Amino acid sequence: MQFAFTEDQLTITQAAREMLVETCTPADLRKQLEAASPRDDARWATIAEMGLIALLAPEDAGGLGMGLVDLIGIAEAAGYVGLPEPLIEQAGIVVPLLARLEDNRGWLDKVLAGAVVVVGHPINPFVANADSADAFLLADGDDIHLVTADAVTITRAESFDPFRRLFTVSWTPSATTLVGEGWGDTAERGALLAAAEMIGLAQRCIDLAVSYAKDRVQFGKPIGTTQAIKHMIASAQVKVEFARPVVHAAAAELPLGTLPARARVAHAKIAAGAAADIASRMSVQAHGAMGMTWEVDLHFYLKRAFSLNYAWGTQAQQFETVQERIAAERMGPDATFASALTQ
Amino acid sequence: MKLDYTPEQQAFRAEVRSWMEANVPAGKLPSFDLTRQGFEAHRDWERKLSQGQWGMVTWPEAYGGRALDLIRWLIFEEEYYRAGAPTRVNQNGIFLLGPTMMEFGTDDQKQRFLPRMAAGDDIWAQAWSEPGAGSDLAAVRSTCTRDGDEYVLNGQKIWSTRAVFADWAFGLFREPGSERHKGMSLILFPLDAPGVTRRPIARMDGEMVFAEIFLDNVRVPVADRLGDEGQGWHVCMATAGFERGLMLRSPARYQVAAQKLAALYHANKANLPASIGERVAQHWMDADAYALSIYSTASRLEAGGKIGPESSTNKIFWSEMDVALHQTALDILGPRAELLGQSTDGVSPVDWLDGFIFALAGPIYAGSNEIQRNIIAERMLGLPRG
Ligand SMILES: Cc1cc2nc3c(=O)[nH]c(=O)nc-3n(C[C@H](O)[C@H](O)[C@H](O)COP(=O)(O)OP(=O)(O)OC[C@H]3O[C@@H](n4cnc5c(N)ncnc54)[C@H](O)[C@@H]3O)c2cc1C
Repeated sequence: MQFAFTEDQLTITQAAREMLVETCTPADLRKQLEAASPRDDARWATIAEMGLIALLAPEDAGGLGMGLVDLIGIAEAAGYVGLPEPLIEQAGIVVPLLARLEDNRGWLDKVLAGAVVVVGHPINPFVANADSADAFLLADGDDIHLVTADAVTITRAESFDPFRRLFTVSWTPSATTLVGEGWGDTAERGALLAAAEMIGLAQRCIDLAVSYAKDRVQFGKPIGTTQAIKHMIASAQVKVEFARPVVHAAAAELPLGTLPARARVAHAKIAAGAAADIASRMSVQAHGAMGMTWEVDLHFYLKRAFSLNYAWGTQAQQFETVQERIAAERMGPDATFASALTQ
Repeated sequence: MKLDYTPEQQAFRAEVRSWMEANVPAGKLPSFDLTRQGFEAHRDWERKLSQGQWGMVTWPEAYGGRALDLIRWLIFEEEYYRAGAPTRVNQNGIFLLGPTMMEFGTDDQKQRFLPRMAAGDDIWAQAWSEPGAGSDLAAVRSTCTRDGDEYVLNGQKIWSTRAVFADWAFGLFREPGSERHKGMSLILFPLDAPGVTRRPIARMDGEMVFAEIFLDNVRVPVADRLGDEGQGWHVCMATAGFERGLMLRSPARYQVAAQKLAALYHANKANLPASIGERVAQHWMDADAYALSIYSTASRLEAGGKIGPESSTNKIFWSEMDVALHQTALDILGPRAELLGQSTDGVSPVDWLDGFIFALAGPIYAGSNEIQRNIIAERMLGLPRG
């Protein structure tokens, strides 16, 4: 039992985080919005150069052969900056999925070189980042099809989050596009990584509230000296503190693939979603009317948190998994960790 | 990150489990708050624990412990609650004063007090609060006047849990004339010393869980001051860190409660709306989230980390979880929730009601949750003081 990240994990997370915080400031986000560009090519190139996309790819495919746990802190950091580029989806979902396919038709190599493949999973009718995709992994029932960008028609489905470029995709499944059967744990990976991003987003909303509350003066003193504001912010921080270890544990347990492991992922999504929801709304309140405006940066993070809360399974669906686990499996103090429960 | 137990840890769990199976009293012990007899029954249990060297597993062997790491302490606690073993009558001593004494005590104090504490020979009460000093602990007025090798203690303490029958207390006193955080000392005193009067205070349900302590020229040796003279505040804050951070409420307690709640829910499910099922699931998640958080803190501390103001988030989390969990149990019981007796259909509403009343105090003691939120805002997040 050692519930802590290794030195290596901390080092790579720290490096990724510093790069993201530096290259993806709110000012950068605003510039990118004005330019209406789906991605910042320089940042995307840096991300690829750092090897972040290849973290989970097998070593014989030119990757680093790491696991979800190694990516989890980076996903938090991506959430913290509201990263528009699909780093987490590429590294944590697409790469492992391609690596699992018997014949990925060379797309794993291409993704590792910076190409983008996006996922149309049966759980969600919308496909994110379709307009910058080179290829698509699409669902026909439980079958997985690999379709290149020239063989699909995409229609924008505008999202509340301007950086979530959602589309519906029309295409025709055929024997030549079929590459595999069964989505496996893709939805759980999606839910887990969304949860990690939401932890980062929640913390960002709190940090914004803290810095605003230090500066904004009313009745002759900073509003952050009043308990009403302090307690609201502290309560949001408590939510984050008790969602984060669940997300970390879920990353370590997900590969077990058992019901307790899936329930942990569901718990992670519920807890991180609640933390992000509470932190973002708290932050709006702390900003007063400014919190409702386009002008302050808060809305970037609020919107992403909002969207991720509905992505990769709703809260109601996650609750069902948790309830299923409670009914079917041992509970109690010797059943904390999924590894203690046999399947 | 390794979220499974090593074979050694599993063997340890098995060892605790079989000892508990052989030794945990079959029936519930009489309350340690109501009668001296109940208190002594719990002291006997503490003695039995220490004979098995289970009094405080993280303590050095010289003081009656096993020098085990925090992960094993957690496993021990898990098996303790799993076995339904009695509530620790000496938790103020072993979980709060003990760790403080290891850090600040003299060798002589450690030799004199720790083995007796581990053995249940001395049961301790915490005498910090006063009628005028609750949340504002720096407003303590009780005094310690130095007289050669002795202190003379005067004043009044209140809300001392288990002080009705306890043997010793650790209290916060100030040099006459000193103010606020300066001039305070943490002093150990026997509760049967001449000049000490104890008056039990009834809780809302009539149980005498705490007491007032009146001190009238009580003489104690200077050697029974814990930490340096005038450094009482500093020492106390270290104790408070243990109280909120890790030791006072180990997660197993809530995991067992969530397990019982799920059983109550499943037995009554047919007549309940689906929303109750989601609440039960939420409480199970919260209990597990607390366990995960403590495991990760323990791993961090084992690797040499320190616990900081984030321990205040623990205090808020477990106390609010406890109230909410019991509230759901009472909602499941419905009209039976208010019953004091045992009901006929196998559930004991009064156990849940007891738990609820106990839980209600959680957001108040060990530093109220309002104070914890101030600490999080100011010391963890850096917001300005008011
Ligand atoms: C069951 C139980 C067991 C206890 N056991 C012990 C014990 O063993 N030893 C011991 O020394 N003490 C013990 N206490 C006392 C406990 O530590 C105090 O009750 C606690 O510190 C609060 O102090 P108070 O009751 O005087 O409330 P007050 O300080 O008067 O507070 C009343 C209310 O005002 C709020 N408040 C006060 N100041 C502020 C502020 N600055 N900002 C916002 N809100 C504020 C509080 O949060 C609370 O809600 C126990 C209490 C209980 C309920």
